[in-house]
Amino acid sequence: MQFRSKEELETHIQRLKSQSVTTQVLVCIGLGCLAKGAQPVYNRFVEVIEKEKISAVVSQLSENSRHPVVGTGCMGLCEAGPLVRMEPQGILYLRVTPEDVEKIVEKTLKNGEIVEELVYQETHHEEVLKWPLMKDVPFYRKQIKIVLRNCGSIDPENLDDYLRNDGYVALARVLTEMNPDDVIGEILKSGLRGRGGSGFPTGRKWQFARVSKSDKKYIICNGDEGDPGAFMNRSVMEGDPHSVIEGLAIAGYAIGAQEGYVYVRAEYPLAVKRLKKAIQDAREAGFLGQNIFGTPFSFDLKIKEGAGAFVCGEETALMASIEGKRGMPNPRPPFPAHKGLWGKPTVLNNVETLATVPAIILKGANWFRSFGTVSSPGTKTFALSGKIRNTGLVEVPMGITLRELIFDVGGGIQNDREFKAILIGGPSGGCLAKQHLDLTVDYDSLCAAGAIMGSGGLVTLDEDICIVEQAHFFLHFTQSESCGKCVPCREGTKHMLNMLQKIVDGRAKPEDLELLAETADVVKDASLCGLGKTASNPVLTTLRYFKDEYLDHVLNKVCVAHVCQAMKIYRIDSEKCRTCGKCARVCPVKCISGRPKVPYVIDQEQCIKCGSCFEACPFDAVMVDWRSKNHE
Amino acid sequence: MNALKVDEEVYREVESIILANRDEKTPLLSVLQGISQVYGYLPRDVMEYVSRKLNIPSSKVFGVATFYSFFETRPVGKYMIRICQNAPCHVLGASNILRILKKELNIKEGETTKDGKFTLEVTSCLGVCGVAPAMMINETTYGNLNEERIREVLALYQ
Ligand SMILES: Cc1cc2nc3c(=O)[nH]c(=O)nc-3n(C[C@H](O)[C@H](O)[C@H](O)COP(=O)(O)O)c2cc1C
Repeated sequence: MQFRSKEELETHIQRLKSQSVTTQVLVCIGLGCLAKGAQPVYNRFVEVIEKEKISAVVSQLSENSRHPVVGTGCMGLCEAGPLVRMEPQGILYLRVTPEDVEKIVEKTLKNGEIVEELVYQETHHEEVLKWPLMKDVPFYRKQIKIVLRNCGSIDPENLDDYLRNDGYVALARVLTEMNPDDVIGEILKSGLRGRGGSGFPTGRKWQFARVSKSDKKYIICNGDEGDPGAFMNRSVMEGDPHSVIEGLAIAGYAIGAQEGYVYVRAEYPLAVKRLKKAIQDAREAGFLGQNIFGTPFSFDLKIKEGAGAFVCGEETALMASIEGKRGMPNPRPPFPAHKGLWGKPTVLNNVETLATVPAIILKGANWFRSFGTVSSPGTKTFALSGKIRNTGLVEVPMGITLRELIFDVGGGIQNDREFKAILIGGPSGGCLAKQHLDLTVDYDSLCAAGAIMGSGGLVTLDEDICIVEQAHFFLHFTQSESCGKCVPCREGTKHMLNMLQKIVDGRAKPEDLELLAETADVVKDASLCGLGKTASNPVLTTLRYFKDEYLDHVLNKVCVAHVCQAMKIYRIDSEKCRTCGKCARVCPVKCISGRPKVPYVIDQEQCIKCGSCFEACPFDAVMVDWRSKNHE
Repeated sequence: MNALKVDEEVYREVESIILANRDEKTPLLSVLQGISQVYGYLPRDVMEYVSRKLNIPSSKVFGVATFYSFFETRPVGKYMIRICQNAPCHVLGASNILRILKKELNIKEGETTKDGKFTLEVTSCLGVCGVAPAMMINETTYGNLNEERIREVLALYQ
């Protein structure tokens, strides 16, 4: 159906709301659950329910055409997927397999009972606590969902599902009741800051583009999300694509653009598929195209798929990529708001920024400001990964402490290990330590600690992780993703990587640490784009907060986490050695000596810790040990 | 894996891909993506052809083709395995997963199995860190990998 006016849309939404949709089985088919086998679970539910003709469900089927089994976007708790939510009760089932389906249908759907063994549980002092309802599960308790308002509760491929929750009402209101300056005014007042990393005020960016004079302007949604450990944007594009489309249309109206792009990275084919369907549906419903809601405003969208390059997330590189070039950044100014895509004024916004916009328009700037802090209003989505217990997707109010985020929402560290550090903001972010746990999560306090909010990836590290090796790992990433255009980033990251390699190999001298810090500063100051400017962050923050670990590697050749291979010691137990000589024959540097009847010994000076002797010894006589601080 | 024999039929296909993208202002990236989707890689002769047809210097076409990691300039297997080695996967033992895969397939990163079935590549973050360690085979993603699960998944493609 085509909506030609705001009233038509409102009538339709009223009708949708009046149709009672009570009994539902929501199966998460976000990518995380799919990767754990959610599709067969979904299929099985459809099969069993159609076969059983359950009365509660059948009566509902005759009332409206909506199928009781709904495949939704990400519900958040990826760790315990595949997830299934039963409505109207709101029961959450974890790790559901196709074999569980009949039992769930029988007990919950037919008789309203709970399948005990599938609900969330925790053991406290040998007492098992269970939380059958999703809203009570500790992981969800501190969350507030604005960006993820629909994610996990609607079918992303069903436009009516989006409309039922007042979808496109914000767009209708903007086009019929507000002029572009009012829209920008409302966004400015809300204090919304860009969720793509830098936190630039969205309203200000729109204002710049609005006052730029040009026959043509563009709005681009940045769905490149290349930060390792980030998957918030993917989840929104997959789980609630219309919220992004509505945000783009509102932004287009505000700045005076008639054309928009959604740039999605190559690694996200499912997001592309769902966005394509949503754009098509929005066009057919008249939310995109000519004279939307009967107003003079016309707007349409194209999807542009990336082809695998981290740097394309940077705005000028992204535009170069849309223009069909290698995705290399360009110096700013000129800023995209003046000269962007094909030389025209352009606004780039992150997926999450745009998905927030309709909610602000609908409920007002003051409502939005009631969440979060004064300088960072609203909520922020985070992707929890690494050694945290509840890996997954969350949305929390800004200003929450890291401790609440990691321990209350995230459930603490896996296997009851010790928390060691958290990497926030991906490879351009920083490593924060125990002493930062009470830091509040907002743009300014993270920045003051040397980290950045970034896009929202949070990788938790425990005591088994070597911080120096992690820093090396991140630098390896940025070094290989450096596009090579500017010297400080291209050469500087290479040198830093070499120095870190020396440290993990146990070949570094104390003065190398100073050189490392100095090089890191130069790369930070002199690089062309954000990639180089932030590449040093993991190194600088780890040097600052984990100096002792660096010194251990350099001075004592000790790796407390027992990760860096060079700090291992191989020895041969003379009691166990049967003098067969196998170890000496496989040793690539020929540093093992002995002869029949005389136990073999390893020359520690020459040993390269390759482990060949360890693997070769048939009598388990080769032992591995780690150097500790009080070693000889 | 054998190289594609670039004949008339291939040029006709490429022509139709170019045609399908003619509305785009700067179609190079989309055209190369279209060709990759059909043939798995970008044969040299095809890139030369694209360069002539779009009137873009071939150096530019090669530049773009080699800049992006999803473009291949040599033949690849029927199934492209992209294994993630980024931070969240790394801290959960992704290097071990890579080792197991290499052993199972008997190839190294960047190589294709003799029967032309699998190519193994290390990729940038796949964005399913909630179920790390993860990999992607063509367009399907698999998570929470361990030795057993890798064998199960590979069996699906045998
Ligand atoms: C190397 C690099 C990668 C980036 N990757 C992304 C990304 O994946 N997604 C994103 O929204 N912004 C990314 N940015 C930031 C963008 O340049 C830009 O600031 C952002 O898209 C603006 O949107 P916002 O104002 O809504 O935050 C990246 C920046 C740099 C330097």
